[in-house]
Amino acid sequence: MASESPDRARAVAFTLNGEAVRAHVPARMHLGDLLRQSFGLTGVHLGCEHGVCGACTILVDGRAVRACLMLGVQADGAAVETVEGLTESGRIRDLQDAFHARNALQCGYCTPGMLVTAAELLDDADAAASRAAIRAAIAGNYCRCTGYHAIVDAIAATAEARRQGRQNAGREAAE
Amino acid sequence: MSADPGGLTFLDRPNSYIGRSVPRPNARRLLEGRGVYVDDVAVARLGHVAFLRSPHAHARIVALETADAAAMPGVIAVVTGAELAEVCAPWVGVLGHFKGLRSAPQHALAIDRVTWVGEPFCAVVARGRAEAEDALAAIMVEFDPLPAVVDMEAALDPATPAIHAELGDNLAFERVLDVGDVDAAFRDAAVVVEETFQFGRHTGVCLEPRAILADWAAADGMLTVHHSFQAPHMMQDILCKHLALPEGAVRVICKDVGGSFGIKVHIYPDEMATCALALMLKRPVKFVADRLESFQSDIHARDHRVTARMAFSAEGDILALDMDDLTGIGPYSVYPRTSAVEANQVVNLTGGPYRHRHYRARARVVLQNKAPTCQYRAVGHPIATMVAEGLVDLGAARLGLDPLAVRERNVIPDDAYPCAGVSGIKLEKLSHQAALAKLKAMMDYDALRAEQARLRARGIHRGIGLAAFIEITNPSAAFYGVGGARISSQDGCTIRLDPQGGVVAAVSVTEQGQGTEGIIAQIVATATGVPMDKVRVISGDTQATPYGGGTWASRGAGIGGEAAWQAGKALRGNVLAVAGAILQADPGSLDVRDGAVVDAATGTERMPLAELGRIVYFRPDTLPPGVQPEFVATRHYVPKDYPFAFTNGVQASYVEVDTETGFVRLLKHWCVEDCGTVLNPLLVDEQIRGGIVQGIGGALFEHCLYDSEGQLLNGSMADYLVPMAGEMPDIAVAHVVSATASSEIGAKGAGEAGTAGAPAAVVNAINDALAPLNARVARQPVTPEVVLEALGLI
Amino acid sequence: MKAPDFAYARPASLEAALALLAEHGDDAVPLAGGQSLVTALNMRLSAPGLLVDLNAIPELTGVSEADGVVRIGAMTRHRDVGTTAIVRDRLPLLAAALPHIAHPAIRNRGTIGGSVALADPATEWPACCLAAGATIVVRGPAAERRVPADAFFRGLYTTALEPGEIVTAIEFPVPGADAVWGFEELSRRHGDYALVGLAATGRRAAGGLSDLRLAFFGVADRPVLARTAAAALEAGDLAGAQAALAGELDPPDDPTTKAATRLHLARVILGRVAAGMRGGGAQEGDPDGV
Repeated sequence: MASESPDRARAVAFTLNGEAVRAHVPARMHLGDLLRQSFGLTGVHLGCEHGVCGACTILVDGRAVRACLMLGVQADGAAVETVEGLTESGRIRDLQDAFHARNALQCGYCTPGMLVTAAELLDDADAAASRAAIRAAIAGNYCRCTGYHAIVDAIAATAEARRQGRQNAGREAAE
Repeated sequence: MSADPGGLTFLDRPNSYIGRSVPRPNARRLLEGRGVYVDDVAVARLGHVAFLRSPHAHARIVALETADAAAMPGVIAVVTGAELAEVCAPWVGVLGHFKGLRSAPQHALAIDRVTWVGEPFCAVVARGRAEAEDALAAIMVEFDPLPAVVDMEAALDPATPAIHAELGDNLAFERVLDVGDVDAAFRDAAVVVEETFQFGRHTGVCLEPRAILADWAAADGMLTVHHSFQAPHMMQDILCKHLALPEGAVRVICKDVGGSFGIKVHIYPDEMATCALALMLKRPVKFVADRLESFQSDIHARDHRVTARMAFSAEGDILALDMDDLTGIGPYSVYPRTSAVEANQVVNLTGGPYRHRHYRARARVVLQNKAPTCQYRAVGHPIATMVAEGLVDLGAARLGLDPLAVRERNVIPDDAYPCAGVSGIKLEKLSHQAALAKLKAMMDYDALRAEQARLRARGIHRGIGLAAFIEITNPSAAFYGVGGARISSQDGCTIRLDPQGGVVAAVSVTEQGQGTEGIIAQIVATATGVPMDKVRVISGDTQATPYGGGTWASRGAGIGGEAAWQAGKALRGNVLAVAGAILQADPGSLDVRDGAVVDAATGTERMPLAELGRIVYFRPDTLPPGVQPEFVATRHYVPKDYPFAFTNGVQASYVEVDTETGFVRLLKHWCVEDCGTVLNPLLVDEQIRGGIVQGIGGALFEHCLYDSEGQLLNGSMADYLVPMAGEMPDIAVAHVVSATASSEIGAKGAGEAGTAGAPAAVVNAINDALAPLNARVARQPVTPEVVLEALGLI
Repeated sequence: MKAPDFAYARPASLEAALALLAEHGDDAVPLAGGQSLVTALNMRLSAPGLLVDLNAIPELTGVSEADGVVRIGAMTRHRDVGTTAIVRDRLPLLAAALPHIAHPAIRNRGTIGGSVALADPATEWPACCLAAGATIVVRGPAAERRVPADAFFRGLYTTALEPGEIVTAIEFPVPGADAVWGFEELSRRHGDYALVGLAATGRRAAGGLSDLRLAFFGVADRPVLARTAAAALEAGDLAGAQAALAGELDPPDDPTTKAATRLHLARVILGRVAAGMRGGGAQEGDPDGV
């Protein structure tokens, strides 16, 4: 819903974790603050508010974006997904299980953003083909606790399991 | 190690979780975005505080007008330093056991004078953070800039003004140690090597910034503080003291903490101010540092220049070490742990792995008008390790000896313990030789040397760097308590068995992601015989746990874990006493296993815990006479026989240096660590990996850069470079186990070992790569420019 | 770090956007991908009165090819610029530059038009525009202008955009069959701003290279075409080309990196890109190793 005239706050309507929502948002409020404060989605973490640390990474219209670098008013008409929604839908269940088993998180602050980034990577079946490719994909998500090795392991394990799953499904379909 | 009546030790109880790589139960909520960090805590009537911070390194505040700001939309209050001082008393960061340590009183909000860029001096509380920041811009302030001390080399020049006139000069602390006959050793040495090492000041950059929410409920007389912090009891004590409140009036809660690394164990003026504001305004007030103010105001660390020499015999024995350490802190020694500890540890630890008997060290700690510095993960160890390990490599090269062989020759032998290191540190049992042997095999050292030689012939410059190190863990009161600090070195655990057979364990050590709650659950489950999924751990609440020290100096597992073990054994004893009375069996013939009372010899189940609970809690009328069950047990523990539990390890780094661009590629990293009993390999190894990468940050990337006016030039995530996944190597970890006899669980600490040794390993590897080109680096961070300068290309 | 107060508009057409920008003058700024602008707002480095959001304007999107020209709409996201089939086929230089641009989440929102209009001298698209001889299509209240890349980047964050004008598209000539290209960037970490970078195009000629366009970035207040170096390289003189850079590039001194270091690195990557272009027609620095 595009509007010609300027205002300092406006009503927006969008889909949030699969649910239709509305909010009245000050123009200056970034999407991360909107999700945290107006919708209680505190799984969206703020680490820098200048787009570098990656902690606030969420999905907008299916793509990973920094919630701190979008204005809340820009969510109008979009489909927004946070780690909470991805958890409820089960879409990242295998990733979360792999992270848990491998202890690919410690303080947990980078984890939601890391999971969203990994989820987008794994959407492309061929993308996580090597440890170097995984490292490059998460190179914009700062983690101070793990040193990244365990995170790469967990993403690689999930990618491999999905590959196996696709192969098995392909075999079954062929039979 | 003591044994059960059944002859079983800590390690081999039935259904033991000890040594198992159990995933952390409390990690699940973090994976689902359901962590509760301070900024997530919802309270009514919350005020948000933003601070006006000094734009000058040193200045007098001439005028401060806040009326316009107070009238801005959403503003609740604007408070100056003078107003806040009526509620919050100042502090001085000195302790008695650092003889001669001097500092000046520091207020929560600076009053007449600001002494570093970023120092807070005025506070705006508003209904939202954005409105508070709007109001900051409306505060009128006039400064009279003063000369700033920004060069630690010049800080002690007579011509340089003293930051605090009453101190006379800028020397905060000096320590001198002189053991043996250093001059004679150097005189008689076959080889003497010398180097001046420079270390870049850097900082912790916890992903969750510092955050605190203070809520003064006047009717209850209760100040509740949600704090992203490591030591809730220490904070409670300090708030009581400086806000003039009785101990029972302050409750500090530390739930989920987004990284701490020592950054969050110190007293910050803005956090104290937030608590004082809650009292003044009688409503909850929250402060969350944004990233820019975090860089300016979190404690910094590791700003050192060390000149050192090492003397060798012709055969390669290290005979003596002589060093001079100069370190520049901020304008105040940080409270309450002091900013003298880092230098003190450099003196205590340099050369620690080795058996030389002649050692001289001088450390001088000087005040500067830069961000204050204090303990940050592996305090002093990265510097101590770099100095010694850098000199060992220089000596090895001069003597034409293999660097690994020189270390093998010189480490204190594994059968020499207990003994004291040359600096006087008491060592219970280390394993340098075993660790070196394990490392050599693990990395296939000889094969790597061969590969290095092959590639050198093709103009590819790879280097192998080693670093042997020791690390301080599990400190006793010797660390702080003896100096008068009200910092607890003891910890406790209370465990309660509930009617359905589950246990709740409240412990005074805290969690910041390292897995404290997980290993406590493992220990409690093992000790009590209750399955782990029926164990709940409570930590980080001064009202709900025993009194203790929290988590720092790698003490959580060793100290908190031992308390949990003892409490668990005690509870099991109480349970078996009651069960024995009910079953008319000798309690010594019974055990608790997998949630049931069993016959110890056969394992046959006699009574589920749930049945015992039903009787004890709901049918005490059916108990035999004289039986009063106590299904709650508390035990405390403090290390008594050694001031610190020293651990040891050795790391190796394999790098490739692009000698045209100066870029360093980290190919692989190894660490063999001896931290005593490994309670959970999964957690310990990840602590080590994380610590290694944090150390690599300081070695290659991280540097708080100041200009000649004391302005921090690179205080954002874009300009201050932290290690990211694209540049970090895979890291192989292995262990040697020398359990400590100071406790039954035998666990020493492991949290800081990675950071202690990584910079030396990496820098030594770079120098090993550059050696054929007669180039050498001695300055961290080693940027491409540093390498290019060493190569003479710039 | 909360942004100051401002007004916001989200016009549905280019005309409406231009009208708003004309009406509010200096007090209004266009909002493209927001990856730089929202950062500046959060840090209070910028305090405009009005943001004009360009994200709902259909005329600014789309990638198409006609008459030997690939036209990329200004609001095309970095990620889509680099992965669209037309670009992968026709403009491999841009596809090669993509993995160097920041990180996936930034690439999903940031736009090529925003990047070109901002003209940060350490970024990839302006240099690619210069190397490829692109034309920047600009619209103001009055008319549309086409500005060659050579004339577009004027200085530090300074372009040929007049007040009230925005970039609407960038047009890239489709290289011929004999085209060669090269791209190399050195940065401390994946996705960081370049210490130095080079986007290069040319043609294979008898015995070497011709029509070389060497666009360096990270080495001055704007992307720089090193013409003297190009001429020397065309003549087969790499050493001469590298030496010429000292006169053509004016790298900044900054707290972490001296000008001399950037100059040295520029010489090194010139050698590497030249070798790649001579060797096989296409060459790209490995984004996985810095």
